[in-house]
Amino acid sequence: MTGQPLLRIEELHKSFGALNVLKGVSLSVRLGEVAFLIGPSGSGKSTLVRCINFLETPTAGTIKFEGETLCGMRNGAFYVAPEKKLRAARSHMPMVFQQFNLFAHKTVLQNVIEGPIQIKGSRREEAIADAMRLLGDVGLREKVDYYPDQLSGGQKQRVAIARALAMHPKVILFDEPTSALDPELVTGILDTIRGLANKGMTLIIVTHEMGFARKLADVVHFMADGHIIESGPPDQIFDRPESPRLSSFIRSILR
Amino acid sequence: MYEFFTVLLPKYLPFLLEGALVTLQISVLSMTGALIIGMGVALGRLSGIQPVNWTLAAYVEIWRNVPLIVQLMVIYFTLPEIGIRLPGFWAGTLGLSLNLGAYLSEVFRSAIISIDAGQREAGKSIGMSQIMTYRRIILPQALRIAVPTVGGYFIALLKDSSLVSFIAVNELLRNGTILIANTFQTMQIYMMVAMIYFALSFIASRVVHSIERALTPKHLRHKRGLPKSLSGEVAAS
Repeated sequence: MTGQPLLRIEELHKSFGALNVLKGVSLSVRLGEVAFLIGPSGSGKSTLVRCINFLETPTAGTIKFEGETLCGMRNGAFYVAPEKKLRAARSHMPMVFQQFNLFAHKTVLQNVIEGPIQIKGSRREEAIADAMRLLGDVGLREKVDYYPDQLSGGQKQRVAIARALAMHPKVILFDEPTSALDPELVTGILDTIRGLANKGMTLIIVTHEMGFARKLADVVHFMADGHIIESGPPDQIFDRPESPRLSSFIRSILR
Repeated sequence: MYEFFTVLLPKYLPFLLEGALVTLQISVLSMTGALIIGMGVALGRLSGIQPVNWTLAAYVEIWRNVPLIVQLMVIYFTLPEIGIRLPGFWAGTLGLSLNLGAYLSEVFRSAIISIDAGQREAGKSIGMSQIMTYRRIILPQALRIAVPTVGGYFIALLKDSSLVSFIAVNELLRNGTILIANTFQTMQIYMMVAMIYFALSFIASRVVHSIERALTPKHLRHKRGLPKSLSGEVAAS
């Protein structure tokens, strides 16, 4: 499970105007690691993953991805890598969103081949063959010609996962991937994500599914008030929390 | 009435159709200009550059709040003052383009805004540039939304183009008034003019409708009632 550090974040800050959402977050993710971010609403988990692939631009701090500095201090000033470099990095760390965000005018297959063809310059036939295999893996081979509005939430999210996988990414970021789903559809998505983890895919997952985090995580990071309060393997986080903040969070979710 | 069809129509129709051809030409050219202006202004206003946004917003407000006939007059009579001599046809095309461009920019702008930000982020998150996201994701959907409204404006334009008869363009209405001045057959000739305008607009509306249909994905095409995909039967499978 352990490997090279893929992603390294140091003292990351993000504020929206006067609102400080991230107040100095440090975290690193190794190749093949399954990292979970948990914590109460408003703790900054989603903002953190959105900063990792620069859907939000951090206000201060360092992000290094595969040794490349995407943002950090340079000559005494905060520096953000040029857009071209950020785009290249993003293509290696696609995000799966809470609201799926499929391209509504494209079929399932077109959603999945869009990135490989347009971004990576794959040949169309290869992209299609690869997409068919990925869609088969997530159980959607029969739905390739459907449009997003013909699919259930769970099917949409599996397309979104296949779309991310089609980039052959280094890491996939999940921003509450099951929060918009009907309860009976959650399990299917969790199984799909578990399959990725078992194949050794590096995953960073923001979730409220504590049972899932506990079973699948290599590392769980507990966030509150813009800080990572505690990090560790799941049994430590859930069974032997050290900080009072985490203890009370665990108590509140166990009910 | 018998005479209308056997004598007057064959006599005057060719001259009126000459005018109708000009009406069609000026409408198509103005529409093309308006589409380019409208899209440019919409993208400029969404660029996030405030001075650009304000300047373009001022253009839109001015052109939407002055009567079209006044705009045409101003263009036709003031351009020569600053050394630009445009024949009526081109002055009319310019005036109609600028006027309709202002309206279309709002149509495009609202259609673009209506595409949810999530799809933009999804494009961005797999490494698309902003331009590529617009070209591949946002605009195809926004244009589909805009087509019926734009089509409606084109049909309105076919009729509004009659205003350029005031700046000496020999289009359908002006050819009609020329005939009337020579023949005093006022009622009959206006009737013919009306018939031709109706035919043009009717054909245009059918064309717009078929474009709309061609741009709609098959599963959303339906004659009447709710589209099948909304009935829940497909989604549940």
